[in-house]
Amino acid sequence: MYRKYFPVLAIFIVLALVLTACGSTAADEPAEVVAVEEDILNRVLDRGKVVCGGRTDLAGFGMLDADGRNEGFDIDFCRAVAAAVLGDPEAVEVVPLTASDRGPVLQTAEVDILSRNVTWTSSRDAQWGNFTNVMFYDGQGFMIRKDSGIGSTDEFDGATVCVTSGTTTEQNLSDFFRQNGMEYEAVIFEETAAVYSAYEEGRCDITTSDKSQLASVRSGFANPDDHIILDITISKEPLTPAVPHGDDTWFDIVKIVSFALINAEELGVTQANVEEMKSSDNINVLRLLGEEGDWGYTDLGLAPDALAKAISAVGNYGEIYDRYMGPNGISFTLPRGPNLNWYDGGLIYAPPIK
Amino acid sequence: MTNNQPLISDKANIPFYRDERIIKIFAQVLSAVIIVGILIWAIINFFKAADARNMTLTFSFLKESAGFPISNPPIDYDPSMSFARAFQVGLVNTLLVSGLGIIFATIFGTLIALARLSSNWILSRIALVFIEFHRNIPLLVLLFLWYFVVFGMVPQVKESIKWPGPIFLNKRGIYIAWPRLTETGGIFVTMAAIGILVSIIVFIILRKRRKITGKATYYLPASLGLLIVFFLFGWLLSGGTPFQMDIPSFTGINYQGGLRLTPEFAGMFLSLSLYTAAFIAEVVRGGIQAVDKGQIEAARAIGLPPMQVLSLVIMPQALRIIIPPMISQYLNLTKNSSLALAIGFQDVFAVGKIVINQAGRAVPVFALIMLTYLSLSLLTSFVLNIYNRRIQFVTR
Repeated sequence: MYRKYFPVLAIFIVLALVLTACGSTAADEPAEVVAVEEDILNRVLDRGKVVCGGRTDLAGFGMLDADGRNEGFDIDFCRAVAAAVLGDPEAVEVVPLTASDRGPVLQTAEVDILSRNVTWTSSRDAQWGNFTNVMFYDGQGFMIRKDSGIGSTDEFDGATVCVTSGTTTEQNLSDFFRQNGMEYEAVIFEETAAVYSAYEEGRCDITTSDKSQLASVRSGFANPDDHIILDITISKEPLTPAVPHGDDTWFDIVKIVSFALINAEELGVTQANVEEMKSSDNINVLRLLGEEGDWGYTDLGLAPDALAKAISAVGNYGEIYDRYMGPNGISFTLPRGPNLNWYDGGLIYAPPIK
Repeated sequence: MTNNQPLISDKANIPFYRDERIIKIFAQVLSAVIIVGILIWAIINFFKAADARNMTLTFSFLKESAGFPISNPPIDYDPSMSFARAFQVGLVNTLLVSGLGIIFATIFGTLIALARLSSNWILSRIALVFIEFHRNIPLLVLLFLWYFVVFGMVPQVKESIKWPGPIFLNKRGIYIAWPRLTETGGIFVTMAAIGILVSIIVFIILRKRRKITGKATYYLPASLGLLIVFFLFGWLLSGGTPFQMDIPSFTGINYQGGLRLTPEFAGMFLSLSLYTAAFIAEVVRGGIQAVDKGQIEAARAIGLPPMQVLSLVIMPQALRIIIPPMISQYLNLTKNSSLALAIGFQDVFAVGKIVINQAGRAVPVFALIMLTYLSLSLLTSFVLNIYNRRIQFVTR
């Protein structure tokens, strides 16, 4: 018996030896396994697609519409980058991520951009990746049921609070109650949808998140008017797209696309008029649209009209905002407040394109 | 034997590469080298890749302050405590839900199996439906069913259902009036513990004596009497009030006090134990049905009453078949408890995922989580395998 199988065994052993030999040489040079040093721009060009970590469950930021198309503020930013780099705003693959998954996914560079209403904090900047430019100034608020009998945050003692795990919200919540010396019970879910269905069902008195998110979620409730968002902000939540660590060119490209969208609003360049603005007499408009001077495209390896393509794909910053959250926005209405352009008294400001 | 003598001496002439003994040793060594080689390569590659991604394998972050809340921690916890403490809270939750789940699933599963085998047609069908329902839908679906559908139908806090007891049921959970130890309660508990210990010893000694001498030693009344004396004594020493009922009461927003089962825990515990009970029921039924019919007939023939047929003939033989697959079910239950994060029960995996996010350390935390489940599983199998060895046939 044993002798009969000996040749088979011998072949197997030789094969295995060869394989280990190949394996050990591969280990010496960090080849395909270690992909961090890889150039993300080339990866995107080869693939013909921008892989964007986003979400599909938050109206206004990233939500599937009736046709299954992902729509939202965060998704439009990915489309703008795809238009600038590949010339096609539809060349985007959105990977839906939960709040707890987004950090590790960015750390391992599985996505090209993380645009998923991520709050920029120092520790995340150090650990997760490079944060580009604040696209949405938000703050954490509380939503309660109108008939709950709670009038203000002073009456929160002993309350039950529904919250998403792995968020800055979770930490701010505990800080808030600790500082005010109040007791509370946290009910923590990983899925955002679970948080709000538990709240709507009455499992919690209060739910807490970024105010934009609360407004978005309330718009999806069966009876939105039964819930109020308290007029108190307990934290700073600068929502910022991020890119993986270790690729400066890609970092610059994504940053400059966001600058372009903000500058376009300032200069009056819109999705509709971008072509005719190419013959504008404002020199800053010509620079933005790549008609005059070099805004940096040569060094970044992009086309001169890359930013013009981004604007024509999704519009300027104000247009993106209004599309989802403006007075006639398709998701809900949220006054721009701090997200007004700087010359209107808001915080949205970007370095010039020149 | 003498016929083989020349053959054996011939072995010296066989070249080493055809010598079966040498080939065997060579094959062993070679496969060991290959396996160890692959392992070393994998480990080196892992560390290189992790290093390149700036994901270092360090555990020092566990000492830092966690900063995030945990729902209803079973042990003392607040966000200013360390990540390690948060992890412990998760571990206690996992142990709690799997420990209670194992006990309940075993009892309930056995009852269902007996019902399934019952000659009562309706009882047997109900058991069948229960088993097939729970075996054929995924546990996650069952979890959502219990948590969002069943507990979703429970009334709001202000319209709580009140049962005598008093027990309150609402969206925030089940609140049960619960006896809590008073200041003097410790004395009672100590006396009760001594009483239980003494009566067990007396029970064993007296029963042994009866077995040896054959004389009536009244072991049962004697030990029970001792127990009652100790309890009474403890109750008197503690001034008659060892316990005080902690009755849940409504305080503005929520109920406070009493023993509280959160919907998360209740949902997790119920779905986990009902799901596993269905599998255990089938294991137990298989074990009982595998006992030779002749054994039962023989037991009846010598005039054993039905209970003794079950406890002295069927069960000892069925257990030998039941225990090994039962160990797998216990391990499954423990591992399945990691689905808890779907409904917001903060087990070790749910807490681990939060730690990954808040501390940004995926690799060490996952290593820790895997190590936790591995140790839990190995511990469970170790204990149950000792039991398994004891009940197996003594091989001759």
